[in-house]
Amino acid sequence: MKLRYTFKTAVLGLRAHKSRSALTILGIVIGIMAIILVMSIGQGAEQLILNQIQGFGSRTISVEPGREPKGPADIYEMFTDSLKEKDFKALQNPANVHGDNKVEPFVAYVDTVAYENETKRTNIYGGSKLLLELFDVYPDEGVMFDDTDIRQLAGVAVIGENIKEELFGESDALGKKIKIKDKTFRIVGLLPKKGRVMMMDVDDMVIVPYTTAQKYLLGIKHFHAILIQAETEESVPLAVEDIKRTLRELHGITDPDKDDFRVETMQDAVDRISIITSVLTLLLVSVAGISLVVGGIGIMNIMLVSVTERTREIGLRKALGATSGDVLTQFLLEAIILTVVGGIFGISGGALFSWLTALGLTHFGNLDWDFVFPLTAVFLGVGVSATVGLVFGIYPAKQAARKSPIEALRYE
Amino acid sequence: MPIIEIKKLYKTYYAEEVETPVLHDISFSIEEDEFVAIMGPSGSGKSTLLHILGFLDEQTKGSYRFNGKRMEDYTENEIARIRNNEMGFVFQAFNLLPRTTVYENVKLPLFYSEIPEKEWEKRVMEAIEDVGLGHRTHFDTSRLSGGEKQRVAIARALVLKPEVIFADEPTGNLDSKSGAKIMEILRDLNKKYGHTVILITHETSVAECARRIIQIKDGLVASDHKVKKRFDTRNGLNK
Repeated sequence: MKLRYTFKTAVLGLRAHKSRSALTILGIVIGIMAIILVMSIGQGAEQLILNQIQGFGSRTISVEPGREPKGPADIYEMFTDSLKEKDFKALQNPANVHGDNKVEPFVAYVDTVAYENETKRTNIYGGSKLLLELFDVYPDEGVMFDDTDIRQLAGVAVIGENIKEELFGESDALGKKIKIKDKTFRIVGLLPKKGRVMMMDVDDMVIVPYTTAQKYLLGIKHFHAILIQAETEESVPLAVEDIKRTLRELHGITDPDKDDFRVETMQDAVDRISIITSVLTLLLVSVAGISLVVGGIGIMNIMLVSVTERTREIGLRKALGATSGDVLTQFLLEAIILTVVGGIFGISGGALFSWLTALGLTHFGNLDWDFVFPLTAVFLGVGVSATVGLVFGIYPAKQAARKSPIEALRYE
Repeated sequence: MPIIEIKKLYKTYYAEEVETPVLHDISFSIEEDEFVAIMGPSGSGKSTLLHILGFLDEQTKGSYRFNGKRMEDYTENEIARIRNNEMGFVFQAFNLLPRTTVYENVKLPLFYSEIPEKEWEKRVMEAIEDVGLGHRTHFDTSRLSGGEKQRVAIARALVLKPEVIFADEPTGNLDSKSGAKIMEILRDLNKKYGHTVILITHETSVAECARRIIQIKDGLVASDHKVKKRFDTRNGLNK
């Protein structure tokens, strides 16, 4: 019998039990849908994070104290105070780090900001003018504090949109005095609404001179990070080398394994996040895959019932000239058609739900979330569902093919 | 050369170490174009015999030659092909596919045949006309009467113009009038088209429609004789 007729026969066999077929494939529909949804959301999340990082600037290099942990004993090394003013000065020097680089010392912590009776717990950033350039945001009212303020440890602050709203509401904030710990800061600039940049919400920021933050707020002499913006994207690798050499010289380090700092480029961060999201996606896909196995067992179960129920039909077909191979192919095709149809519904459902998720996250989550529908997921979905049909359909199909015509015809 | 030749045929069923002999030492042969009724009371082993003749079951001992070749010498695929286009089956319980039309049922053997698809429709229509169901071609078989259902089964059996048509109690589930119609059709097939027809029955009137009767009793051939006066079906069968 030609495959085309077998296919027709299989379709007819399934159509004879529409509601049972529909219920049978439900497991596959849900399994494939879950996989598609997870893959789509995984890629969407990765895209979102990458967009934010790239928004932060692919020229940005971050130098942080403490070496990359290579074992449990190294963890404490991550929290050292190895980056100080002299390091900052050295990195600023073009003789050390070549090119027209911008160097920005940086401290950050969480504290309560108070204005009269209003208080707000938020992120306090100590930086210089360059910090705003990195975030690509500039005051739309007032100005950013300058180098003089930094030298004088001035009590001045630039605040984000949300902080202004929370503390001042509709009234004017410029020139007002806020308190962090016991230190008074005069508001000199207001930032426009910006949203998140590299997972940091600009709207929730209070930015003060880093010198002021170090002395009055944190009581430390080191930095949490030194951010360097290389002249061009191409000069990043060279700058990284220069930074490492400069700091090693300055700290008297000869063995790179004993570094007391770590240098990270945006590319490193991109790579790392790609790995994390890939692993997470893989993990979730595996969980979703379990539901496919369950769905496959459901298919096998129903196919076995169907084979028993249609014993007489099998006997008849054999009596009319069907070979065991014909019967095997017919029942195997039924299983595969079931799962592939389930797969197609699953893909469509998965696409719909991930689109709705993207819509929801964009509108209500205030995220710049792109709907990503990976084409590989479509092929994967169809391929996986066909395989499930093949794997779980073979046993019932063999049972059907094995029946002797006379036993089958006698079956009541 | 006889189309069917059996010699010293035995069939024994084994169930949980209990031997049940069904056929012992059966021998006869059937020539092409014959119309044979195998008769016997229920439990005589006549159904088992028909199933062996129709390649649906295997004998325990003895030889069965179909077209001169021993059954054991056919491969599985050859057997499937012979069941497909050299044998046609008509069962007591009709065995039609549920929820399908007359046309689809008659077409079924063609799926497994070598006949090119463009000839299918002609073949199917011819077979349906032969049993006088042209006006029912696209009816769902569940809407047909018992007699009509059996005629669909006959059309299905002859769509590939087989050499032999096996009929297992073809009138068993039918009233006397529909039964008579079925017997007329089988008789026509034998006379007009030269199909060899082998049927089993326990009713004398049905058996006497054939030209030869083989009586089976307790797994043995009790008698084998020509029908002197064939039964007249005009007033139905004797039920």
